[in-house]
Amino acid sequence: MALKMVKGSIDRMFDKNLQDLVRGIRNHKEDEAKYISQCIDEIKQELKQDNIAVKANAVCKLTYLQMLGYDISWAAFNIIEVMSASKFTFKRIGYLAASQCFHEGTDVIMLTTNQIRKDLSSPSQYDTGVALTGLSCFVTPDLARDLANDIMTLMSHTKPYIRKKAVLIMYKVFLKYPESLRPAFPRLKEKLEDPDPGVQSAAVNVICELARRNPKNYLSLAPLFFKLMTSSTNNWVLIKIIKLFGALTPLEPRLGKKLIEPLTNLIHSTSAMSLLYECVNTVIAVLISLSSGMPNHSASIQLCVQKLRILIEDSDQNLKYLGLLAMSKILKTHPKSVQSHKDLILQCLDDKDESIRLRALDLLYGMVSKKNLMEIVKKLMTHVDKAEGTTYRDELLTKIIDICSQSNYQYITNFEWYISILVELTRLEGTRHGHLIAAQMLDVAIRVKAIRRFAVSQMSSLLDSAHLVTSSTQRNGICEVLYAAAWICGEFSEHLQEPHQTLEAMLRPKVTTLPGHIQAVYVQNVVKLYASILQQQEQAAEAEAAQEVTQLMVERLPQFVQSADLEVQERASCILQLVKHVQKLQAKGVPVAEEVSALFAGELNPVAPKAQKKVPVPEGLDLDAWINEPPSDSESEDEKPKAIFHDEEQRHVRHRQPEVDEEELARRREARKLEQANNPFYIKSSPSPQKRYQDAPGVEHIPVVQIDLSVPLKVPGMPMSDQYVKLEEERRHRQRLEKDKKKRKKKEKEKKGEDLDFWLSTTPPPATTVPAPSTEEIGVHAVTTPKDECEGSKREEPEDEDDDVEHDQERKSSRHKKKKHKKEKEERSKDKKKTKKKQSEREEATAVEPVENGAAEEEPIPPMSSYCLLAENSYIKMTYDIQASLQKDSQVTVSIILENQSSSFLKNMELNVLDSLNTKMARPEGSSVHDGVPVPFQLPPGVSNEAQFVFTIQSIVMAQKLKGTLSFIAKDDNGATHEKLDFRLLFSCSSYLITTPCYSDAFAKLLESGDLCMNSIKVDGTSMSFHNLLAKICFHHHFSVVERVDSCASMYSRSIQGHHVCLLVKKGENSVSVDGKCSDATLLSSLLEEMKATLAQC
Amino acid sequence: MIKFFLMVNKQGQTRLSKYYEHIEINKRTLLETEVIKSCLSRSSEQCSFIEYKDFKLIYRQYAALFIVVGVNDIENEMAIYEFIHNFVEVLDEYFSRVSELDIMFNLDKVHIILDEMVLNGCIVETNRARILAPLLILDKMSES
Repeated sequence: MALKMVKGSIDRMFDKNLQDLVRGIRNHKEDEAKYISQCIDEIKQELKQDNIAVKANAVCKLTYLQMLGYDISWAAFNIIEVMSASKFTFKRIGYLAASQCFHEGTDVIMLTTNQIRKDLSSPSQYDTGVALTGLSCFVTPDLARDLANDIMTLMSHTKPYIRKKAVLIMYKVFLKYPESLRPAFPRLKEKLEDPDPGVQSAAVNVICELARRNPKNYLSLAPLFFKLMTSSTNNWVLIKIIKLFGALTPLEPRLGKKLIEPLTNLIHSTSAMSLLYECVNTVIAVLISLSSGMPNHSASIQLCVQKLRILIEDSDQNLKYLGLLAMSKILKTHPKSVQSHKDLILQCLDDKDESIRLRALDLLYGMVSKKNLMEIVKKLMTHVDKAEGTTYRDELLTKIIDICSQSNYQYITNFEWYISILVELTRLEGTRHGHLIAAQMLDVAIRVKAIRRFAVSQMSSLLDSAHLVTSSTQRNGICEVLYAAAWICGEFSEHLQEPHQTLEAMLRPKVTTLPGHIQAVYVQNVVKLYASILQQQEQAAEAEAAQEVTQLMVERLPQFVQSADLEVQERASCILQLVKHVQKLQAKGVPVAEEVSALFAGELNPVAPKAQKKVPVPEGLDLDAWINEPPSDSESEDEKPKAIFHDEEQRHVRHRQPEVDEEELARRREARKLEQANNPFYIKSSPSPQKRYQDAPGVEHIPVVQIDLSVPLKVPGMPMSDQYVKLEEERRHRQRLEKDKKKRKKKEKEKKGEDLDFWLSTTPPPATTVPAPSTEEIGVHAVTTPKDECEGSKREEPEDEDDDVEHDQERKSSRHKKKKHKKEKEERSKDKKKTKKKQSEREEATAVEPVENGAAEEEPIPPMSSYCLLAENSYIKMTYDIQASLQKDSQVTVSIILENQSSSFLKNMELNVLDSLNTKMARPEGSSVHDGVPVPFQLPPGVSNEAQFVFTIQSIVMAQKLKGTLSFIAKDDNGATHEKLDFRLLFSCSSYLITTPCYSDAFAKLLESGDLCMNSIKVDGTSMSFHNLLAKICFHHHFSVVERVDSCASMYSRSIQGHHVCLLVKKGENSVSVDGKCSDATLLSSLLEEMKATLAQC
Repeated sequence: MIKFFLMVNKQGQTRLSKYYEHIEINKRTLLETEVIKSCLSRSSEQCSFIEYKDFKLIYRQYAALFIVVGVNDIENEMAIYEFIHNFVEVLDEYFSRVSELDIMFNLDKVHIILDEMVLNGCIVETNRARILAPLLILDKMSES
């Protein structure tokens, strides 16, 4: 024994400690991985020793290696050994390692329960402390349940050190084991008034986190927190409390009013920037949530903005960033207050820090008005020129376009200026946003009629300039604007000054280097241009000139005919023929201009995005009526244990679109009218088109946005957007002098708008007030995001896929349920997780439900499975089912369930079939037709699993049989053997059918059409009830019942290749007759043969 | 809530990592490389806050060592920024002028300090004497 002790301490002397390990790693920079693997080997040796000191040392080193990214989960048991050391110096090493690498999936963690309990009740406060700290990192639901009481007791420990930690750990315990919250809550509340500030702060922390998840339940604590806020001097605690109030005020506006004063006091008095920032943020949040009944909040906003200005002006980049961040929150509700600091924010655009510049850009978006738009954009344009790095420049570009185009170009007073800006932006090299600029050009040119002449002149010079064509290397690059330019010049060619020149520019050989979709637009618009030139010249009786133009077209178009792009080629060849024809006519002296122009007669009108809404719903169609009655939801939330908090993810799932009622609609309409008043597009039309369609709803009255411009300004020469800025200033000056009166009116209008805005934003967001269930269900809800309850979708989604043999029954029953209410669905998935047993009960219950659209009242239907036996031997049993999908007309999926019937372990399974000409198995790319497809799993004894294989089929009119083999290795104690199992895979014609519902009138039409061939069968000696018979046909042959009268039913189905199959099934005394009609005779006879086999068993 | 606390040097080597929400070990390495990359790419003129995926990073540089704290989006950036300095001051006091090597050699002790200051992702203690008390007792224990 003594010898062993001595040996142990000598060993320790030679062992590496943490310092040696760190040094060693530093000295082995070249072969670090090798060195570390050596060390791990040593550590493994050390862990095998009995000496706890050696073990602790080893675990300490492992913790370091874990930090470097090495997995040490293999040492979990050793870590537990060290955790249970009696000496604190070792124990803490064990706990540290555990806190770094244990998690809910660590299986040995349950072994720790008693050790932790022992440590928690240890007389040494540091033992308890270290156990608590460790627990906070690796507590599992089991540990939480078992230890909740112990930790709760510790909350009243005599030592504040322990109380503090215990209070904080309770938060994790609540999360993992929500039932513990209710009994622990009173004690937790008590801790808010603990004499020790540390404990108090811990309690505040925990309650703040809980309240953030479900603020409603903590409103009652507000007075207590209010007292704390006014008495505490600890900034950390204050920050938390203030944050908590930010979460509570949306629920209780009166609280907000009470808060403003102490918060503004704090803003005035504090020197801590973190606290100041928190206060400002909360004041903003409070003001946003307050209703407009609060009179003097402008003073508080002013104070906030002032303080934020100080932050932004500070030389500390961090404060500047936060200032801008908070400013953007104010901007949403009080844009006016922020706008007065425009200068400062524009300054920030020059900042060295990109993240600050981006924040400033965000702010600018909300700050523009009609008055300052030009100025702000001018400033941004100078930044565009200066900006280094394409990302930031692209960001600027998108921001400029966003700012200008926001709310229907509300702030643009001069569209010529805007077009010039867009043209200037095209000079940017290497941008990825060519398409954005192009879209804006098109939008403006189409919607603002008055601007077209100007736009066309600009666009024609764009087409002329060579730099855009040559920069055509990248898609989405700047050459995209040529798309817009060509279209605008073509469509509005009547405004062109020198159409001939533009035509030549568009027919230059260089154009063929552009991307195909742009060339296609070129080709199309060249003709438009050509048409208008012809017309001009014929009117001027210049027949020769007209012929020259035609000649030019005939000469140049062939370059597009040769294009590799199909679209370009097609258009060009069409047009070339057309022009040649024109040429012939011209040679005969026939006037053609009229007819060519007729190709492009009429004007394209923009349609408002919501126009569809105005189309009246056809009579007799009630979109709100249930198709199937919703199930009662009596067993909904009420029965669940109400937890005090819930997880925030809950809200996303629960979020529902608020119902739009009449009042809301009226209010929105009102708001829209107000917006229209400020919208340049609505200025001209005195009997507003909006009004017209309100009075007489109908398809003819789909609102077409009428656009015109009140300020047509013509600036000679090449436009520079600066000129407009100047002009704008002059115009303003004049306005100021002349239209004082008008301006005052306008101001009133704007003011009205702002009030409305404010009112809107002060209604609390609905999401926060929705009561939501406890954390218990988080997991369940997270996976069942509501699916579209589309009636047409018949195939069940993968949800049930691992339910093996019961799979298809489940599928059947769920088809019914799918149509039912969403809530029920949630309920179902919840239940499903609860117990396996319950699930099987449910399945039995649903199996007796009527199948598909058979009549409901008749006798129960025995459970059916579409899986049939494929092959079987002593090792393995294979059953299979074939599934087709409407999306793929020549493909089916074969699902094979493989069940291990032996006591061997089956692996390396591979499935192979002998392909026929018609039917082929899809194999992984690169493998030959003789290779098998591996089964993606292994089978331990007694286990079954499902594998899916895809087959392609050409013709589906006949049943097919494929020979195949499953090869595998069976491994047991005596060794491994190669085994195989041959099978014949039958592709019945029924498996190509897809259950498709059909209405009786459509069915009748189909039968009348006369396109269908006929055939029939008769089966004697069936005893099964007609109801079950139909169900069988529905299930096995994928039909649906169209109509059923007594013992006669019509049925319908469709093949994946679109064949219609109609059946008339009649039941006599002891026989069934089936008359079929189908678009393919062979398919029909194959199907009837199969049906005969099914019915013969009945 | 603090999600993780990292100390990484300029070469991208992790010197201390503490996660307050479980993350798989291979994801940790990935996250650490990405985090340090985004910190290293910033100049001293830039602010210390980075928006990264769904959380915020707050970092401070001390010589060649970066301290990076990941927090959820409601956390007060400024408070964390001050907290990092507070942490370094405590280290400085305990190790008397702390260096990167001190932290590597005494990883376990640095963890004790951090655990005293942050528990469960919440800041619990900022008083230097109270933070160091357990550690000093521990030192006494191992001396005797």
